[in-house]
Amino acid sequence: MTKAQNLLSAEHIRNNPKFAELVRKRTSFAWTLSAIILVIYFGFIGLVAFDKPFLAAKLGAGVMTVGFPIGVGVILSAIILTGIYVYRANGEFDELNRQIIEESR
Amino acid sequence: MKTTKNALAVLLAAGGMMLLATAAMAAGADLGGAEKQATNWHAIIMFVIFVGMTLGITYWAAGRTKTAADFYAAGGGITGFQNGLAIAGDYMSAASFLGISALVYGSGYDGLIFSVGWLVGWPIILFLIAERLRNLGKYTFADVAGYRLARMPVRTFAATGSLIVVIFYLIGQMVGAGQLIKLLFGLDYLYAVIIVGALMMVYVTFGGMVATTWVQIIKACLLLGGATFIAFGVMNTFGFSFEALFAKAVEIHPKHAAIMGPGTLVSNPLDAISLGAALMFGTAGLPHILMRFFTVPDAKEARKSVFFATGFIGYFYILTFIIGFGAITLVSTNPEYIDAIKGGMNLKGGNNMAAVWLAHAIGGDLFLGFISAVAFATILAVVSGLTLAGASAISHDLYANVFMHGQATEGKEVTVSKIASICLGVVAVLLGMVFEKQNVAFIVALTFSVAASANFPVLVLSMFWSGLTTRGAVIGGIIGLVSSVLMVVLSKAVWVQSFGFQAEIFPYAYPAVFSIPAAFFFSWLFSVLDNSPRAAAERAAYEAQAIRSETGLGAEGAAAH
Repeated sequence: MTKAQNLLSAEHIRNNPKFAELVRKRTSFAWTLSAIILVIYFGFIGLVAFDKPFLAAKLGAGVMTVGFPIGVGVILSAIILTGIYVYRANGEFDELNRQIIEESR
Repeated sequence: MKTTKNALAVLLAAGGMMLLATAAMAAGADLGGAEKQATNWHAIIMFVIFVGMTLGITYWAAGRTKTAADFYAAGGGITGFQNGLAIAGDYMSAASFLGISALVYGSGYDGLIFSVGWLVGWPIILFLIAERLRNLGKYTFADVAGYRLARMPVRTFAATGSLIVVIFYLIGQMVGAGQLIKLLFGLDYLYAVIIVGALMMVYVTFGGMVATTWVQIIKACLLLGGATFIAFGVMNTFGFSFEALFAKAVEIHPKHAAIMGPGTLVSNPLDAISLGAALMFGTAGLPHILMRFFTVPDAKEARKSVFFATGFIGYFYILTFIIGFGAITLVSTNPEYIDAIKGGMNLKGGNNMAAVWLAHAIGGDLFLGFISAVAFATILAVVSGLTLAGASAISHDLYANVFMHGQATEGKEVTVSKIASICLGVVAVLLGMVFEKQNVAFIVALTFSVAASANFPVLVLSMFWSGLTTRGAVIGGIIGLVSSVLMVVLSKAVWVQSFGFQAEIFPYAYPAVFSIPAAFFFSWLFSVLDNSPRAAAERAAYEAQAIRSETGLGAEGAAAH
């Protein structure tokens, strides 16, 4: 695609309501998920910083403490959240994006 | 290309002989350093096999590296899955493998705090950065920062930020490599540093991103496989019961139940938050990591690569945790692994050997050799990625865009990049020699703090805020860069422990909680105050940038050649 064609397509995209929809949906989804991981992580760090006894409390009769499932949970939540984002972005958002590019030609 | 290939074949043969010769020399001089272990032939043979394999790949990659896109970005032809593995290979350093398992071995739960911090940067990279980076950039993250801002100042700043991060990271890796190899292979520190420097120059100059990617993929597979085997062995001993493993560890460890909760690692709440911020946002400002997103064909694959990378890295950190606890139960109880003089839980060769001795306890001499070779390979893969990122900052940003004003030919640019790789290799070896006796533990914190305070704010603002201007980006970025470096230098780790002053001037261990907001604030302030016509044009150009970054329209694709 030449630069002139690109500029023309960009003009089409700017006026396409689907573009506004894509940006709005994806941006709010991305920032929501970012906020979730920030809260989870800094919640964990907050416990490490301000409430160590809570993490060191025993979970049951054995030696297992509350901190382990929480720590491993933060790791797993990072993996799960990336999975959720990729699933929606590579499906729904990319389909919308494909339509926008298609209609811009 | 034919001459390149022939030259490489000669190097390949010479390299193999050099390695064997060095090993033989070292075998004769066994009694040297106090910390040095007996020459480990299993490890050396397995390492030579690894090097042979990677040099073979480099030879193959050299034939496929024709254009600048091949050299910097493997022609954009890497799949999301492959790139995920390569990112994991780029990111899981020997420091995290040996260091975190040693931390868990020494203080239990505290190790998990680091693991978690090193992982949570990845979702942020995915949600906010990866696809926009892929759509806007070509070879370096400065492409993105400089997309609508003035080329000269922004590129110069971004390249400087990249180079500082790369060089600090290289110091940590080279010193780590030298110490580790002295321990694991029984080779001299100097030989180790030179071997690492020489090999990384060969990979990068001849094979570019194609070779670097495959070295990282192979290393990731070896490291994940080796760590899985150790963790499996540990869990097998305890009937696959975490409760049994932890109970035994609590019984044996001198700190007993204290290893099951956060300890003294981060005592000051502000430091905990600051370290957390540096680890999380620093990952998103590492140039060698950001560069990996240009090797995939499109935004879709860029996203997939983060998902796979996060999965592999998270899995790996859970393994290192099991390995640390395994070492408490299986290594600290065996006098064979304990330092005869220091006694207690002090391991032969230092506590960084926890994972290595555990490998021996589980799989004998042969497996010890395998894990040692993997640790060496790990360092090679990481330094290769760093060198390529540093070299591209020099050639693509400084040479082609700043000095030649975007008028350099592709061939010239690649040549400059190769020369830069060789120079960086030499610099890395020299720095490795200079810092041999220094405690470089603070380097990791410094690197992540600088990446989080200089590169990350400029990158994020340039993508998300239409109001960012050149003046704001450069001044804000420089303030983040300088303040983070200064605060680390004035902190206890450097000011007192390295320079020997009486008391530290900066009272905290990590600067990120101050320097990241400072970078954002001053970028904002100097952008809003900027009333120049250039600033107005830059703000107006945001919309076109947003269209490309959101839709990928006009993005540099795999079809570049």
